[in-house]
Amino acid sequence: MSNYELTKQAVEEVLSLYPDKARKNREKHITVKDEECSSCALKSNVKSVPGVMTSRGCAYAGSKGVVWGPVKDMIHLSHGPVGCGYYSWGTRRNLAQGTAGVDNFVPFQFTSDFQENDIVYGGDKKLERILREITQLFPTAKGISIQSECPVGLIGDDIDSVARRLSKELDLPIIPVRCEGFRGISQSLGHHIANDSIRDHVLGKVQREEIGPYDISLIGDYNIGGDAWASKMLLQEIGLKVQNIWTGDSTLEMLQTGNQVKLNLIHCYRSMNYIVRHMEETYGVPWMEVNFFGPAKIKESLIKIAERFDQTIQDQVQKVLDKYEPLMNKVMETYRPRLEGKKVMLYVGGLRPRHVIGAYEDLGMEVIGTGYEFAHGDDYERTFDQVDTGTVIYDDLTAVELEKLVERLHPDLVGAGIKEKYVMEKMGLPFRQMHSWDYSGPYHGYEGFPIFARDMDMAINSPTWKLVQNPWHR
Amino acid sequence: MSVPAMDITNWIDSPEYKELNFARKDLVINPAKACQPLGALICALGFEGCLPFVHGSQGCTAYFRNSLSRHYREPVGAVSDSMTEEAAVFGGQANLIEGLKNAYTLYKPGLMAVFTTCMAEVIGDDIKAYVDNARKQKAIPEDFPLALAHTPSFKGSHITGYDNMLKGFLEGLAAPRRHATHLRLYVVPGFDTYPGNLREYKRLLSLLGVTYTLLPDYSDVVDAPNTGEFKMYPGGTPLAELQEALNASGYLFLQTYSTSATLKYIKNVQKIPTETVPMPIGVTSTDKFLMTVSQMAGKSIPAELENERGRAVDAATDAHPYIHGKRFALFGDPDLLYGLTSFLLEMGGVPVHIISTNGSAAFAKEMEELLSSSPYGQEASVHLGKDLWHLRSLLLTEPVDMLIGDSHGKFAARDAGIPLVRIGFPITDRVNLHRYPIVGYAGVLNLITMIANAFLEEKDRTSADAYFELLR
Repeated sequence: MSNYELTKQAVEEVLSLYPDKARKNREKHITVKDEECSSCALKSNVKSVPGVMTSRGCAYAGSKGVVWGPVKDMIHLSHGPVGCGYYSWGTRRNLAQGTAGVDNFVPFQFTSDFQENDIVYGGDKKLERILREITQLFPTAKGISIQSECPVGLIGDDIDSVARRLSKELDLPIIPVRCEGFRGISQSLGHHIANDSIRDHVLGKVQREEIGPYDISLIGDYNIGGDAWASKMLLQEIGLKVQNIWTGDSTLEMLQTGNQVKLNLIHCYRSMNYIVRHMEETYGVPWMEVNFFGPAKIKESLIKIAERFDQTIQDQVQKVLDKYEPLMNKVMETYRPRLEGKKVMLYVGGLRPRHVIGAYEDLGMEVIGTGYEFAHGDDYERTFDQVDTGTVIYDDLTAVELEKLVERLHPDLVGAGIKEKYVMEKMGLPFRQMHSWDYSGPYHGYEGFPIFARDMDMAINSPTWKLVQNPWHR
Repeated sequence: MSVPAMDITNWIDSPEYKELNFARKDLVINPAKACQPLGALICALGFEGCLPFVHGSQGCTAYFRNSLSRHYREPVGAVSDSMTEEAAVFGGQANLIEGLKNAYTLYKPGLMAVFTTCMAEVIGDDIKAYVDNARKQKAIPEDFPLALAHTPSFKGSHITGYDNMLKGFLEGLAAPRRHATHLRLYVVPGFDTYPGNLREYKRLLSLLGVTYTLLPDYSDVVDAPNTGEFKMYPGGTPLAELQEALNASGYLFLQTYSTSATLKYIKNVQKIPTETVPMPIGVTSTDKFLMTVSQMAGKSIPAELENERGRAVDAATDAHPYIHGKRFALFGDPDLLYGLTSFLLEMGGVPVHIISTNGSAAFAKEMEELLSSSPYGQEASVHLGKDLWHLRSLLLTEPVDMLIGDSHGKFAARDAGIPLVRIGFPITDRVNLHRYPIVGYAGVLNLITMIANAFLEEKDRTSADAYFELLR
């Protein structure tokens, strides 16, 4: 049987576990790429089936956790009960420079800690008092975002008017974000809501003196484990001036002046395409997608970037490519013999299910399955041409699907999230968290690739896997 | 306000700032508490074959699973019925019924624990009625065991959720008490994130020769062996023992504040002989635990345990110079704080700042009694309802030598330039600590090792060359 047929069969077996109604839903979310790519379509960005064990999060996670959280000189208030802020406190690895409590509030969890009274009588008054307390205790905070949790929208609080009033009273940007967790069907709507709140309340509010010819913004790089710093270094090395990063180690000013650049480079398309489209339509700032994982994609991206600029940048890009090529070749020579032909299955979030494929290929590895927690159709369109025939593509994968697919397809490495990690490791399967880089990183740029290569090698070739089989049962 | 950043940096460390910080009434910064359903989930993991089922928004379930997996470095399964805007309008019955059917079919649980997020609580979903309808519609078999709990995140904390869920298990699944009871002692560990502790309880109870049930027992679920095979349900208290739970010879509660509703149900409603001891941290509390078990079960304490006690005491006397007179700040759940404080006092340590975000007035009173009973407890203040930003002000204005608490304490400890000994939940930046008991005499050894050696490491790390000695 061909790979394609084997994989089709595995998918069929997984689907057969479902009750009829759930099966009808789930079968539209999994496909195997065929020769002609006639199977290259699947359903996405719709409600998860109840009870199937989705890995998805919520709109709050997409707004507070992803988009707003890394804006370091603002205070992001988790407005509602204590849990949401608690669980998203320091767990994303969006690193930031600065003094905690002065110009960096990333390591904090600010919550209005709703009690029953707040549910019964409403939380607006409490919110007002909290906003005043914030300005007393943290006078150097540049602004406040109010990140709504589920109850806020259900009890009919009017945080928009509180924000408006208090913003005036306190002379401080206060941004209401209606990202209640029950809105939408995943993190994705939270990204969109957060993008819109930046558009409506922040973008273009501050004018930069002048826009230099090489001024750009890096959009959708969340500085996981220092990724944005690695990306920025790379862009600076080719002569560009990274004025803003959205959002990793970011400041409010970077959001306010985000429209005042020559070009937006977007890494995580899913979470920030809304705002780059807006900047293009309203301010005429063009945007392009880039990929900074692994030397092949970095090279492709740098050449594409160079085309947008003058000879100075083009020469600089060539210099940078020449400089790093031998270094990256050395990395590949070191790891390829240990990783060549190894099969990988991925299940991640915004951009990585397609963006890291190239980096694995740089190491001679093959991605045999990939998919997204909360992607839309345009993400899958951008994915099919990155994978070979026989690759299984899945949307909003459930725990049982991953377990069964892995049992049948025998990948050598799985890259997904913390919820998947220990299931795979209990199965004796090498695993790397591909949201948090498993507490390693950065993985972006030329700085990141050697670390990525080392980590994948470490996962697959760790001698600990040889211990799993008990010798007296062999 | 335009204040130079440097001045602000000094200002937030100052006594004036501390005053302002303690004057805040509504804003909560870095609280040492999570919400109810997290505790309910941990409780549900402790029953064999149980699948936790979260009724409400799906993001909450993702957060609970992430948090627990980061702490334990273990798989944590739980399903959600993914309520969205439509459910906010019409209620979550359709989600619950479909979710039960799918979860039952796919994950083949022996029982399920249904508990709620704040979304379901705010809209007032009647999960009892929904579940009845699910049975009627054959989404799950008529007799499928389900435990229910309302766990609103805007009341109490994770320990409240643990308590509500445990009570839900007993109310929903334990058969009525008969007159002829078993000779089985039911031991309730309370909200305890250490599989090492649960295993230590079982070892001690076995050494005492007691017939017991640990209710619940998630030690094998959150600390499963790697055999190359993933088991969805690797252990836990068997359903049969839950069903017989009201026929216990007696109940022993090993925590006070994380199980108060369950205790009332067992003691006052079911009228089962019940004892409560403080979490057995330290020699004195372990003695009390063993003597109580011995009395309840009519078993004598074996020589083996006397020797163990002797070794723990030996370790305490050996290491006392490294702990005696040292000043400590602590934060965490009330039962843990009570246990750790009594341990420090018996070592001659001086607790100074005790921060409890989720403690009750009763807890504060009992802490005051404990502290006033010891000459080493005279400097301590118990800060009820306070958070780790309050703690930071305390550490910077009234310095201590060590902070004890979960990983979230690392920022305040770093700012204060003191070591953090990680005890509690979550521990996300060190490995294996949850596998080492902090209860029983074994726990005494582990605590002394962690605390004394942290001071000694600190001394080696910071001493000048001339004072860098072989002997410590």
